[in-house]
Order: sequence, then structure tokens, then C-alpha cells
Amino acid sequence: MQKSTLTGQRLVAVFLVGCILFNYPVLSLFDRVATLFDLPLVFAYLFGAWGGLILLMAWVVERRSDQRTERSGG
Amino acid sequence: MLQGPVVIAVSFLYLALLFAVAYWGDKRADAGRSIISNPTIYALSMAVYCTTWTYYGSVGRAAVTGVGFLPIYLGPTLVMTLGGFLLLKMIRTAKANRITSIADFIASRYGKSQLLGGLVTVIAVIGIVPYIALQLKAVASSYDLIVGYPALIAPAESGSSIFADTTFYIALILATFTILFGTRHLDATERHEGMVAAVALESVVKLMAFGAVGLFVTFGLYGGIGDLFARAMSDPQLAKLTAVASGSRSYATWFSLTLLAGLAILFLPRQFQVTVVENVSEAQLKRAIWLFPLYLLLINLFVLPIALGGLMRFAGQGVDADTFVLTLPMSAQQELLALLVFVGGLSAATGMVIVETIALSTMVCNDLVMPLLLRTKTLALHTERDLSGLLLSIRRGAIVLILLLGYLYFRLAGDAYALVGIGLISFSAVAQFAPAMIGGMYWRGGTRNGALAGLLAGFAVWAYTLLLPSFSKSGWLPASFISDGLFGITLLKPHQLFGLAGLDDISHCLFWSFAANIGAYVVVSLLRAPTAAEASQATQFVDALKTTRPVGSALWRGSADAADLVALVGRFLGPVRAETAFASYARRHGLADPSKLEADADLVHYAEMLLAGAIGSASARAMVASVAKEEPLSLPEVMNILDEASQLRSYSRELERKSRELEAATGELKAANEQLLEVDRLKDDFMASVSHELRTPLTSIRAFSEILRDDPKTALPERERFLGIIVSETERLTRLVNQILDMAKIESGNAEWLVEDVDLNSVVEQSMAATSQLFRDKGVALSLDLASSVPLIRGDRDRLMQVVINLLSNAVKFVPPNDGRVTVRLMADNDSLRVSVTDNGPGIRLEDQAVIFDRFRQGGDAMTSKPTGTGLGLPISRKIVEYFGGKLWVESEPGQGASFIFSLPLNNNENGTNE
Repeated sequence: MQKSTLTGQRLVAVFLVGCILFNYPVLSLFDRVATLFDLPLVFAYLFGAWGGLILLMAWVVERRSDQRTERSGG
Repeated sequence: MLQGPVVIAVSFLYLALLFAVAYWGDKRADAGRSIISNPTIYALSMAVYCTTWTYYGSVGRAAVTGVGFLPIYLGPTLVMTLGGFLLLKMIRTAKANRITSIADFIASRYGKSQLLGGLVTVIAVIGIVPYIALQLKAVASSYDLIVGYPALIAPAESGSSIFADTTFYIALILATFTILFGTRHLDATERHEGMVAAVALESVVKLMAFGAVGLFVTFGLYGGIGDLFARAMSDPQLAKLTAVASGSRSYATWFSLTLLAGLAILFLPRQFQVTVVENVSEAQLKRAIWLFPLYLLLINLFVLPIALGGLMRFAGQGVDADTFVLTLPMSAQQELLALLVFVGGLSAATGMVIVETIALSTMVCNDLVMPLLLRTKTLALHTERDLSGLLLSIRRGAIVLILLLGYLYFRLAGDAYALVGIGLISFSAVAQFAPAMIGGMYWRGGTRNGALAGLLAGFAVWAYTLLLPSFSKSGWLPASFISDGLFGITLLKPHQLFGLAGLDDISHCLFWSFAANIGAYVVVSLLRAPTAAEASQATQFVDALKTTRPVGSALWRGSADAADLVALVGRFLGPVRAETAFASYARRHGLADPSKLEADADLVHYAEMLLAGAIGSASARAMVASVAKEEPLSLPEVMNILDEASQLRSYSRELERKSRELEAATGELKAANEQLLEVDRLKDDFMASVSHELRTPLTSIRAFSEILRDDPKTALPERERFLGIIVSETERLTRLVNQILDMAKIESGNAEWLVEDVDLNSVVEQSMAATSQLFRDKGVALSLDLASSVPLIRGDRDRLMQVVINLLSNAVKFVPPNDGRVTVRLMADNDSLRVSVTDNGPGIRLEDQAVIFDRFRQGGDAMTSKPTGTGLGLPISRKIVEYFGGKLWVESEPGQGASFIFSLPLNNNENGTNE
């Protein structure tokens, strides 16, 4: 009945992934004075994970084929 | 070029440009061609989240806490992933109920309570005032900085009179512009398309300006991002800033800031305004879900590089880190860039101030002032006065008042805090709306009293642990309030309430205020069941995403006069707009004349919704109640209506299921019908074949009889030959008719079966004996290969003989005379007996093998070879074999002879007894 339930569930999954990536204890793994590609490790990690999360969100909501099936199903 | 007049002129030019955009946006909206109906513009308007706090303050925070500024943007990113649920529900609810603000939302949810709307408004105003002060402070200090060029440190505010204070004038200018943007029109509806367009433009400007500084610092002042970080990392003091735990205080702080910012993106009045109230279509939410976080990422990309660059460049010079964005270009004599940065900061500030004060003024007007005014008898509610002008005046007054309050806070407490500190105080205040909002959207049991108690408790704790200490820090309250607690009671120390130490003051406030807020909300809500009004509104909100929920009109009963309603709406929207609205309602209901409208529940609901858009749901409710004679519904009645609605829902689901079943049944019927048609066609074919087969011998008999009758001189031998033909044709005719009857009997199930234990060996032997004359006549060798003894089998002896004889006579027909050979085999395996009749005839073509078992179909080419036999033998044989659960088939290759084989299951007791 609820339109785009699958997309909704995927977004919740992305939310949970984000909560894990951006908090203790995963965050602490990268929280030291070190560099990655000349960037501070935690800086590179946070922006990398953030960008990845946004890509994932964009991919989830912008998928065309899914929407069509969901619309007809809903 | 950075003299005061130039900067002021550029600022005003920029504001004029914004105003032009807003004006154009409003014109387009009036023409029905919205420019903001675009997901990108929608996402950009949400970026009003990034204020001067982001623009200047993030760098300041990064200079102290390193990556500790990021949770403020990670929180909203995470919440946007839930936008598909949470924001969609808020948007749909708001549209369905014409919600104008967050106060309206909460008031409407808990039974359209004016008290609750007022409380939310008060909290929002008090909570947001420091945030507005922050914007004023940022614009003022950036102005002081830039006109003081080339000095990098602004002269200390002299604390002089208000009229010599730049900030005061900035507040007044911003108030003027806000009034121009938000309350220019005489229609007091909730939407402001032009404002949204201007805000979207401002978001682009601030992102570009900040990006320009970032690129300049990274690549102009330093040799790229790697070089900048490499130099910073060589300083152990700066290197620490690149870590979380050492930079910011702890992971607990990190978590509470993430949570706080995530709630702020939902419940800040300006975010609610652009995201929910100004939303044009739900579809736009989809792109905003990822585009807005992307904006946040981009605007934060250069924060840490700028902070580190500034710290290295200005080491020991006492330059405030909050000003690095501006002072870095200034220190490099980049005057144009500095001006651009100033304009970007102005964008960030004006965008926030305009949207926030418009949202707050709507709340103050609809949920605070109007309810009070409407209560006072002196306003003479029943006079036919146009109040739409009054509405706008109230809003304009509220805008000025809010900005002046912001200025007041700035004067009182502004200097004690960095930008980020002030912003977090506001975030913590609006976070208090979370339990009532989220609880209200997902929990039916929440009541008005619960929401009131929760909000009051949370707000009180917030004020005690964050707001009052901010006054104390600025010297307005004694410093001992923080250090010793209220009345010197240690347990009441505002930053260590009840002795809770070890948390930073924001996490500390968040914990205690949420504990109080959620606790009071839940406990008080559970003290009594929801009232009728609460229950009906709860359904509207909790079931917002369900397709069938009772519309508001279902929950109203009473009587009203249509003319009164039109007049009432006219007083708030203006008579012309009211007439237009009701005329379009009449047209939708097929009435040409709006005066003939019947004041039923639908019309009353429509009028209430129109009013809600202008004065908020709680006041609209009260106003409609003042002209309509309402019969209040009791809780059981409301529950009945809601139950009916849910019954309707289940009925409709039931109906859907039934219609699906019906569809399936239709499909089956169609298939059955096609099958029937096919059978009918077969029957026709059969009749045609039968007629044809009967006619052939009849024609022959008739022809010879006529010869005999007409020509008496026929010689005797001729006569005998003709009579012989007549007899044999008659016999063939008899056989044919017998077989047709036989076939019909078997097919209809009327055949008589004499089932007994049969020895198949003897069946085969007797059949061979019966046909031996045929073999001898044609000179065909018949060999027999029988198993020594086979188990008895249940069957009809005569019928089985009929099968074997049929196969044998077929075989003898097709083998060549004199050197033909026919072999009969009987084999037994575990569960069946198998009889095969093999000949060395011409064989059967592959395409014929399937059809020879059809009635009247014979092997070979019907055009060239004369058919032998009736064409019913094999079909009857197959029917008989199948009757006893067996199979009859042919194996043959053309030129290699043919084998007709039938097998009968040994264990066929059941067969033949129940057909």
C-alpha cells in the first residue's frame, strides 16, 4: 500500500550504516594522527564515508526501473 | 575599495538583487508558473540550514576542535536518509491540514489546542532569539572587520549607545527586508514562493564564496591540499586537531551534536518552513534527500584547510578564528575576494534571518496573538470587518520584535560566546519539540496534556542548564550561579545537574532535558485516554501515509450557514479571495452559483482549512466554532467514525481481493469456454467424418443395386460379383455403425465392462486363432513370443481381445503379401504387462504417428492410397487400454516396419471399477 516501500527500507539501511560509520567505535579506528593520500586519516575517512553515503542515497532514490515496478505494485 | 560606503553599497545592491528575484518568483507564482517547483531549488532552499554559523563559525570551531565541527552536518545527512518516511509524513500531514508552522503542527496534532500552539511559539522564539543574535553578531563583526581593512582585528565594541551600534542598524535593515520578503502581499497564506527563490540563490552565493576562499587558501596561500596538511601535521599542536577524541572533547559530545543537528534539521522553524510548508510537490523530496547532504559536504570541504591555514598564518597574532574566512583574503590583499566573502556571509545571514523570522512571526501571529485577540470581546468578533490587514500588521510587528529581541540578546550575552556556542543553545531548544512531534506522528496515545508537560519540562531544563548560564557568563546573572549552583546548592549546578559530571554542557543539557521531556510526555499522556478531539487528530497524523483515512469533515457534526462561513473567511483572507475560493469549491461540486452552497460538513471543513492557512489550525477551529452551531462528538462517537473508516479500509481491501478472485475466475471460465468451443468443433469434425464414412459404402451399395435393378440382362457371374460387393459393403457399414456406437458408449461412460481376472497369454492366443485365416489368406508369417507365464490381470477379456485383434488385423493389412512377417510378443516386468505387435510393413511416417490414434485418421496419404479400415479401430483400442490404466503407442520408422505396443499395469484393481 505504501508507495516505494522498498526504497524506504533501503534508505533506512543506509541510515543504519551511516550511524555505525560516523560514531564510536568505528570512528575510533581512524582517530589517530596519521595520513592517507597526504590527508589526515580521520579527515579523509569522514569525507570519504560521507561522500560514499551520499552516493548510496542518490543511487537508492534515483533508480528508475525500481520505481516503475513499485508504482504498479503499489 | 573596502571603505564603508562601498561595502554598504554592494550590500544593498545584493539585497536589491535578492528582492528582485523574490519579486519575480512571486509574479511567476501568481501566474501559475512556479519557478521553485524544481527539486534542485527545493534542495538549495533547504541549505538555509547553513547560516553564518556555518560560514564563519565552522572554521572557528575547527580551529579549536579539529573535525569536531562535522557532526553538525553529519546529523542532517543521516536524518535525510529517513526523509522518505519522516519528512514525507510531515509534508503530507501539513498539506492535508493546511499547517502553517511547527507550532501549528503540534497544536493541530493534539486536538487543535491553542494553549499548546502558544507554548511552542514561546519556546521557539526564546530558543531562536540567540540564533538570530548570532547572525547579527556575525554580520556586524564582519562589517567592522572589512571596513577596518587593512587591520585584521576589529576594534573592540565600545559598549556605546544603541544608536552608535552597527548591529542595531543591521537588525533594522534585516527587519525591513524580511517584511518586504515575507509580508509584502495582502494575502496571508502560508506560502512564500519568491522568498524561497531568493533563499535558493543565496545558497548558491554562499557556497561559491566559501569555495572561492577555500581554493584561494589551499592553492593560493599554500601549495595545494597535501602541502597544507603536511605543514600542519608537522606542528604537533595542529596535528592533534585532525583527530576526534583529542580535538573535540569526546565521542559522547560527537554523538550528542550529531543527534542535536539531526533533530534541528527537522524542527528548526526555518527548516520546517522551507522543507514542509513551502514544499510544492512530494516528488521533489526525492532529489533533496541526497542533494542537500551533498551541499553540506561541499560547503564543509575546505573548513579544516582554512582553519589550519589561518592558525599557521596568524600564529600568535590574536586573530579570532571565527573571522579566518574573511581575514585570510584580507591579509593577502585580495580585496575583491574579501568583498565576495562578505557578501557570502551576508547571504548566509539574511537567508537565515528572513526565513526564520517569517516562520516565527507566523507562529507569533497565528498561535500567540490571534488567539488572545480573538478572546477579547472588545475586538468585536461579529462585526463584518476585514481583518486581513490586521494579520499582516501583527506579522510585521512580530518580525521587528523578534529582530530586536535578537539584538537585545546580542547586547546582553553575545560577546561571551563564540558563534558555535550560541547556535548550539538554539539547537538544544528546538530539540525539545522532538518528543511531541515524533511521538505525535507515530503514537496515537499522546495527549495534549502530555505534550504540554513534556515541552514545559524539557524547556525548563534547557533554560536552566543552557540559557541562564549564558546570561551568567555575560555577567547578567552572578557567576556563582554556574560555579556554586542556584542558592549555592551544589546539586543544582547548571552544568552538573544532580552531580552529573563528565559531560560537556550541550550533552549534559540534552540528557537531562530529554529525560524530563520524554518522561513527562509519556507519563502524563498515559494518565488519561485521549479525548475525542485528540483521537480524531491523532488519526489524521499517525495515518497520514495511509490511503484511506477519514477526512476531517467526517468528524464534524452540526449546522451552519453558508453565508456566515463565506463572510468569516472573507474577514481573514479578504472578501475577494474568499469569494473566489468558495466559487471554485462550488464549481467542483457542480454548482454554478456559490450562494446555493449547502453548509454541510464538507463546506465547514473547507472553510476551516482556508482559515487554517491564514491564522493556524487552532484559531481556525475557534473561529469556525463561533459561527457554526456545532454538536460536539463524544469519544465513543469519534471512535465509531474511526472504526468505520478502518472497516471501510478493510472492506476495500476485501473488495480488492474479491475482484482479484473474480478476475482469476473469469480467466478460468474463458479457458473452459475455449475448451468447450474446441470440443464442439471436434464434434462437428466427427459428425462430418462419420457422414463421410457412412456415405462411401452407401454410395457403393446403391450404385450396384441400381445396376441390378435397371439392367436385368446382367450376366450371372457379374450379378454374383455385384451382390458380393453389396454384402461386403453392408458388412462394412454394420461394422462402422457398431464401432461408432462402441466409441460413443466408451466415451460417454455407458459401455458395459465385464471385469474379471484375465490371463493375457490366452487372450493373445485366442486373438491369433481368430485372425489366423487372414494371415493364411495373405501368406503372412505370424510368429509368437510369449512369456512362459504371466500374472493374471484385472480386465474385460473380450475388450482386450478386441484390442489385440485390431492390432493384428491392422498389421496384416499393411505387410506385403507372401513375405510379410508379424511378431507378437508378451512380456512382463515388475509392474506391468506389455504386448507388442511388430510387422515388416512400410512403417508409419513420423507426422502420422500422432494422428493415427485420432478418429477417422489413417496413415498414409489419403489422396493417393485408398484407405483400408474404418479409422476407428485404433482410437477404440486406445480407449480400452486407457480404461484399464494402460498405454497404447506406436514405434516405427518409415521402411522399417511398425510396432504397436500396449502395456497394462498389474496393479489396476481400481481401474475399470470407477470411471
